[in-house]
Amino acid sequence: MSAVDITAVEKPPEPPRGWTKARITGHVLLALWSLLGLGLVWFLATSWNPELIQKYAPGYFSGIAITLKLVAISCVVGALLSIPLAYMRMSKNTILSAIAYAYVYFFRGTPLLAQTFLIYYGLGSFRPQLEMVGLWSFFREAFNCAVFAFALNTAAYQAEILRGAIESVPRGQWEGAASLGLHKLQTLRRIILPQALIVALRPYGNEVILMIKGSAIVAIITVYDLMGITRLTYSRTFDFQAYIWAAIFYLVMVEVLRHAIEWIEQRITRHLRR
Amino acid sequence: MESVWTLLSWGPDGWSDNIFNGVLVTIALAVATLPVGLAIGFLIALAKQSKEPSLRLAGNLYTTIFRGLPELLTLFLVFFGAQIALQKLVQLFDPTGTVEVNAFVSGMIALGVVFSSYASEVFLSAFRAIPHGQYEGGYAVGLTKNQTMRLVVLPQLIRIALPGLANLWLILLKDTALVSAVGLNDILREAGVAARVTKHAFLFFGYAALIYLVLAIISSFGINAIERAVGRREASR
Repeated sequence: MSAVDITAVEKPPEPPRGWTKARITGHVLLALWSLLGLGLVWFLATSWNPELIQKYAPGYFSGIAITLKLVAISCVVGALLSIPLAYMRMSKNTILSAIAYAYVYFFRGTPLLAQTFLIYYGLGSFRPQLEMVGLWSFFREAFNCAVFAFALNTAAYQAEILRGAIESVPRGQWEGAASLGLHKLQTLRRIILPQALIVALRPYGNEVILMIKGSAIVAIITVYDLMGITRLTYSRTFDFQAYIWAAIFYLVMVEVLRHAIEWIEQRITRHLRR
Repeated sequence: MESVWTLLSWGPDGWSDNIFNGVLVTIALAVATLPVGLAIGFLIALAKQSKEPSLRLAGNLYTTIFRGLPELLTLFLVFFGAQIALQKLVQLFDPTGTVEVNAFVSGMIALGVVFSSYASEVFLSAFRAIPHGQYEGGYAVGLTKNQTMRLVVLPQLIRIALPGLANLWLILLKDTALVSAVGLNDILREAGVAARVTKHAFLFFGYAALIYLVLAIISSFGINAIERAVGRREASR
């Protein structure tokens, strides 16, 4: 036997892919999706009205800006609030950890819409007291109430994310740092957080996405975010494309964010890949 | 001025009976959505773990779209979109006919679609946790594809997927509050009516929030019981 024979032996060709049931179903479903997509494009093309677009497009862009502003402010404030919360939740003091647990349980166990109503409509019951401390002008604005409710809500979720991430770092890391003579704050900043934030990145990203999606409900309390503008446009024009455009904008925002987070995760875990 | 307890009492002066009707609507909506969402979610998960690329793409499109849209927008798309579509359909046969879309049904569709897209991800990761040998073992003892799925894979799948699904149930319970925006008389809307009539907004919205909290606590007791039952079956194997 010579070496030539071995090269002459080829891999048998792949068996032809038949039209199995799964393949037929897949193609039918894809056909349905593309029909739906074409239908949407056709709908948007036929109902294209330059006057309407010119009149309402600026509103949509300011709506997107308000949505992003709302989410950005409440996420940052929520992140700041979540640090003491997570600390309380992890502390050995039972009273502190019980308070933090109750806070987190309340905000995670009730609908965001109910919390927003509780603050926007409910704080009106305390108008004299709020006027006395000079906070009424803040809570009179629907946007401020929404930011307040969202920040409290996301603080609860972010505290849980932070706690989970910090607890996911093995105890040996704390002990190792302590034996090197680092004090607690140094350990946290230089050893624990860099490892914990890798774990926390994806849940944080999901939380921001949930906030963008959740922010649509502020339209109900008369904030003109993207959803609010959409409702306004629909109530004036009775043109269904108002909702289609909103759907497109939300999808684009969420997908861009999702891919950005995936990219960051790829970047910061390069040292873990082999 | 009436006292708080009169406002929260049952009967003509109190609002608890009205809000209790809202509780029933909320529970009915969540319970009606659950099986639909689970069934669709399971089918989507099957599609996404199939070897056929076109089927995978179709399933992934579904999750991408319905996980990316805000729940409230999905609800409005279903509510107004179905209204317009049905109206056009009816007018083909009867030019003067009008249709009203039921808020309950559109809430069920919208929440079901959102639930199923999240559930499909839970099922998918559960599918990935089941070793290939389980399927091969099933085929080796002469079970058909369907039998392997039903008798071998599914019992393990449910056990793995249960915590994720329990989480989704709690999210579903909270998301039902959105249907108050399309006029269904759930807890939040009844509380809103009471708040507007009595001008005690903080009291009634706080009451509504506490009811949601109680529903969540009851659910987690139920979930724990189910998890124990499923876990016991594994232990006795």
